[in-house]
Amino acid sequence: MGNRKVKFGVVVYPGTNCDRDTYHVIKEVAEEEAQYLWYKDTDLKGSQVVILPGGFSYGDYLRSGAIARFSPIMKAIREFAENGGLVLGICNGFQILLEAGLLPGAMLRNRGLRFICRFVDLTVENDETPFTLLYKRGEKLRIPIAHIDGNYFATPEVMAELEKRKGIIFRYVNNPNGSLHDTAGIINSRGNVLGLMPHPERASEALVGSTDGLRMFLSAAKFVRES
Amino acid sequence: MRAKIEVFLKSGVLDPQGETIKRALHTLGYESIKDVRQGKVFYIEIEDDNPEKTIEEIARKVLANPVIEDFKWEIEK
Amino acid sequence: MIDKKLLEEHNLSEEEYTKIKDILGREPNLVELGLFSVMWSEHCSYKSSRIHLAKLPTKGKYLIQGPGENAGVVKADGKAVVFKVESHNHPSFVEPYQGAATGVGGILRDVFTMGARPVALLDSLHFGPLSKPANRAIMEGVVSGIAGYGNPVGVPTVGGEVDFEEEFSHNPLVNVMCVGLTERDRIFYARAGEPGLSLIYAGAPTGRDGIHGATMASAEFGAETEHKKVNVQVGDPFREKLLLEATLEVMEKDLIVGIQDMGAAGLTSSSSEMASKSGVGVELYLDNVPLREEGMTPYEILLSESQERMLMVAKKGKEGEIKSIFDKWGIDSRVVGKTTDDKRFRAIWKGKIVADIPVDSLAGDSPRYNRPYVIPEKDERLEDKWLENRDWGQVLKKILNSEHMASRHWVYEQYDHMVQINTVLLPGLGPAVLRIKGKTSGIALTIDANPAWGRSDPKKGAILTVAEAFRNLATVGAEPLGITNCLNFGNPEKPEIMGQFVETVEGMKEALEFFGVPVTGGNVSFYNETEGKAIPPTVTIGAVGLIPDLSVLPRPEKVKEGDWIYLLGWTKRDIGSSVYLKVIHNERGGKVPDINLENEKSLQGEIIRLVREGKVSFAFDLSPGGLLPNLSEALFSIGKGATLRVETDLEEVFYLFGESPSRAIIISPYRISAKVPVLKIGQIRGDELIVYLNGKKILQEPLNTIKKGWATYFNRLFDR
Repeated sequence: MGNRKVKFGVVVYPGTNCDRDTYHVIKEVAEEEAQYLWYKDTDLKGSQVVILPGGFSYGDYLRSGAIARFSPIMKAIREFAENGGLVLGICNGFQILLEAGLLPGAMLRNRGLRFICRFVDLTVENDETPFTLLYKRGEKLRIPIAHIDGNYFATPEVMAELEKRKGIIFRYVNNPNGSLHDTAGIINSRGNVLGLMPHPERASEALVGSTDGLRMFLSAAKFVRES
Repeated sequence: MRAKIEVFLKSGVLDPQGETIKRALHTLGYESIKDVRQGKVFYIEIEDDNPEKTIEEIARKVLANPVIEDFKWEIEK
Repeated sequence: MIDKKLLEEHNLSEEEYTKIKDILGREPNLVELGLFSVMWSEHCSYKSSRIHLAKLPTKGKYLIQGPGENAGVVKADGKAVVFKVESHNHPSFVEPYQGAATGVGGILRDVFTMGARPVALLDSLHFGPLSKPANRAIMEGVVSGIAGYGNPVGVPTVGGEVDFEEEFSHNPLVNVMCVGLTERDRIFYARAGEPGLSLIYAGAPTGRDGIHGATMASAEFGAETEHKKVNVQVGDPFREKLLLEATLEVMEKDLIVGIQDMGAAGLTSSSSEMASKSGVGVELYLDNVPLREEGMTPYEILLSESQERMLMVAKKGKEGEIKSIFDKWGIDSRVVGKTTDDKRFRAIWKGKIVADIPVDSLAGDSPRYNRPYVIPEKDERLEDKWLENRDWGQVLKKILNSEHMASRHWVYEQYDHMVQINTVLLPGLGPAVLRIKGKTSGIALTIDANPAWGRSDPKKGAILTVAEAFRNLATVGAEPLGITNCLNFGNPEKPEIMGQFVETVEGMKEALEFFGVPVTGGNVSFYNETEGKAIPPTVTIGAVGLIPDLSVLPRPEKVKEGDWIYLLGWTKRDIGSSVYLKVIHNERGGKVPDINLENEKSLQGEIIRLVREGKVSFAFDLSPGGLLPNLSEALFSIGKGATLRVETDLEEVFYLFGESPSRAIIISPYRISAKVPVLKIGQIRGDELIVYLNGKKILQEPLNTIKKGWATYFNRLFDR
C-alpha cells in the first residue's frame, strides 16, 4: 500500500457549512485525497473515510440533524458503516449520526440555552480507535466548539454501556453544555463510527489557533493505509 | 382534514428551556407554577384514506426523536 | 382618488406629488403612487444626504468599485475584497431578533450579489443602558438574531463593538458589515445589459412582508410602534445559505449579465435600478412571481420586502441552465420579466398594465434636497472637578466592571466566529484578522463608532472615528485600503439634525482626504428619533486593511515574561466624552480630544513599520477607556502581569484614564525607537498589575482579582 493517499468523502447536505473547511484540511494540511459527496448521491465514489461535517443541515429546523438522516446518501453510509468503513461525524454530522441511529443517544439544547463558540479543553479517553491512534490516552486537546444543541443525553443503561466499553472517546475538561458524563465524542461498539461536537478541522493549523485536531484525520488515514 | 401533533420531551429528560421559563415565571411572581415543559406543535393538512396510520408513522419516524421525545396526536375533522 | 391623507400615508409631499404628475403627464394610479413613495423615500433615494455625500473622496489606489453598487470593492494582494456596512436600526427596535437577523441577511446578499463569497461579518451595536430591563431584552434579541442568522449561513462574525448610551433606549443602532473575497475578474454588477433579456427571480416566494418597510425607515417612531409589527420581515437563514451557494454557482458558470438583491422596495427597486443604470427599460409579469399568500395585489407584489430573494438578468439563452442550478439547490426560480428598449418601468398583471413609469424617474432621477441646517454648538467643557485624584485602583476596577468596558465574550461566543477557518485573531481585542488561504497575507477588519464624540462635536467625532479605525488596523501592521460607512442620525427635516449630518460628512471628508483612503459605499439612516428625541449623531466606520505577512503578526501568545511595554504618541489633557467621565462622574459630555492628523499619520506609519519588522510581540491602540483599562484588557488576553512606572507632569487622571488619540502601546523584547515620542513605561512580569505614578505606588493587585468583574459582567446580567 505504501504512501498512497487515502480518499476522504465529505458529505454535503443542504445547509452544511463546514464542508469546505473539512475538505481544505484533508487536502491541504493532512495532504490526503478529498472529494465532496452530494446528499442526493447514492454511492460513496470509493471513499475510504466518510466525514459528515458541521453546519445546519436543513436549517436544523425540526431538530438538529433530523431531516438529513432521510437523505439518499444515508443508505450508502449505513451500508459502508456496517461493513466496517470509517465514518466521522463532526458537530451537526454527529447529530445526524445520532438521529440516524448509527450512534446511541440524542442531543438536547445546551444547558445555558445559548450558542457557544469557543476553544475548549478535551481529554482523550481512548487511544485505541482508528480516529485516535496518534493520540495518547489522557492527553489534553484544545479544540473549538460551536453549537447550540450539544448537550449529550442517553439513558442510564446506554451511558453505563458506553462507559463499560470505553465508548466515550473525548470528554470536556470543563463541561460547557451539560452533556452527561462530560461527553464530547463517542464511538459505536464496532469502533468505526465516531461522532464528536468539537471541530477538529478548526484546530488543524497553528495560524488559526491550534493543531490538536489534525491527528484525528491523520489517524484515520493511517488506519486505512495500514489495514 | 387537519391533524395536530404535539411533541414533547419525555418526563425523565431534562428540559432546559422549560426550566428557564419556570425560573422566569417565578421571578415574575408566579410562585404557583410548579413545572414547565416546552414542546412543539405541528398542524398538518392531510388527505389520506388512513390518516391515523400516516400520522402515527410520521410522528414516530420523523417529527419526534424517540430517544428523548414522546408525542401525541389528534385529527380534527 | 388621491387626496392629502393618501399622500401622507405614503410620506409624499405636495411638491413631490406635483412632480410625479409632471413626469407622468397624468395622475398616478395607486400602484404607481406606491412605487414613487418607496423609491423616493429617504431610505431608497438618499434625497437629503446625496448632495453632501458627493463631497466624500471616492478614489484611491486600491479602489476597484466605489459607491453606487451593492457593495464597494478594493484590491488586496491580487484578490478583490467586497464589503459594506448597513443599518437595520428601526426593524431591530420593533422586533429585535428578526430585525437583526434580516439585517445580517440583507448585507450578506449585498456582498454575494457582487460575486464574492462572504468571509466575515462585524457589527456595531448601540443600546440604551442595561440597567433598564427593556434594553436588556433588546440587546438579547439582537445578539441572538445575529447569531441565529449568521451562524447557519456559515459566515463567521469576527468582530465588532457593543456600547450603551441613554438615547439608544428607543432607537438602538444595529449596523452590520459584511466582507467577501473574490477574484478581481469575477465581480458582478447591478446591470441589465441590453433590451430583450430575461429577468429571473430566485429565492423565497413573495409575501406581504415589510410592505413599506422602506418608508418606515424614513419616518420617526411615535407611540404607535407596536402596530407596525406587521411590517417586520422574518428571515430564513437556511434558504439564504442555499441561495448563496446557487448564486455563486450561476456566477461561476458565467450565466448572467447582472444581478441585484431584492431588498428595500423589493422587485421594484432591483429591476428599476438595474434598468436605469444600463439605459434600458423593464417589463414585469406579476402573474409569474411566486407568491406565499393568497389575494396579493400588484401593489403588494411590487413593494414586498420578503427576504432571501434575488433578481438577475440572464445571458441570452441561459435561462434553462440557470434554472437547473437553482433547482439543484432547491431554490425556486422563474422568469418574471424582460428588459426593453423604451426606458419604461412597466408592470403587467392579469393582462393589464398596472404601472407604466419612466424608469429613470424611479431610480436615477429621484428628488434631492439641500435641506436647511444649523451648525450645532460644541460642548467644550473641561471641569476642574473631573481632574481630582482618586483611589485609582478602585476606579480601574469600577471602569472594567462597567457596561462600557467589560468583556464582550458573552456576546461574541454566541456567534460562530471561526467557521471558514480563517480567523487568525480571536475577537475581543483589536481588529479582526483573517488569513487569505493560499497566501502569506491577510486582511484586517474593524468597525468603529463613538456616539459620545458625535454628541459633543460631530465633526471632530467623525475625524477621530476615522483615525481610530485606521490606528486599529495599524496595530496589526495593516494599512487601510478603503472604508465603508453608516451614518446614523435623527430627523433631517430638523435643521439642527441636518447640521450634525453636514458636520459629520465634513469631518469624514477631511480625515479621508488626509489619509488618501476612499469611501466605497455605505448607507445613511435618518429618522432615528422617538417622540421627538434623537440619537446622538453616530458615524460608523468599517475599514479594511492589508497585512502583507501574517508570520510577523503581533498576538497575545507571543508576549513573554520580561518584554518591555512602550507608550507611543502624545498624551494631553483629554478627558471629555470619556468612559472615565461616564462611569465615575455620570457625565456624558465634555470637550472631545483634539487630533493632529500629521502626528496621527506618523504614529500609524511607525507602528506599521515596527510590526512589519517583526519587532512587536503585541500592540494595541489606546481607545476609549484610556491607558490603565486598555492595558488591563491586553494583560487579561496575554495572561501575564506587568509593572508600570510612569512619570507625568499632567494631572494624574489624564495619564491613566484620559483618551488622547494618536497613542498606542507596543510590547516587545527589543529596544524600540521611532519618529514619534516613545516611552518605556513598564515590563511584563509576574501575575500582578503594579503601577507606580511619579514614583508613588498607586496600585498592586493580582491580575485575576482585577479581571473578575470584567470577565463576568454580562453573564451576571443575562445568565440568571
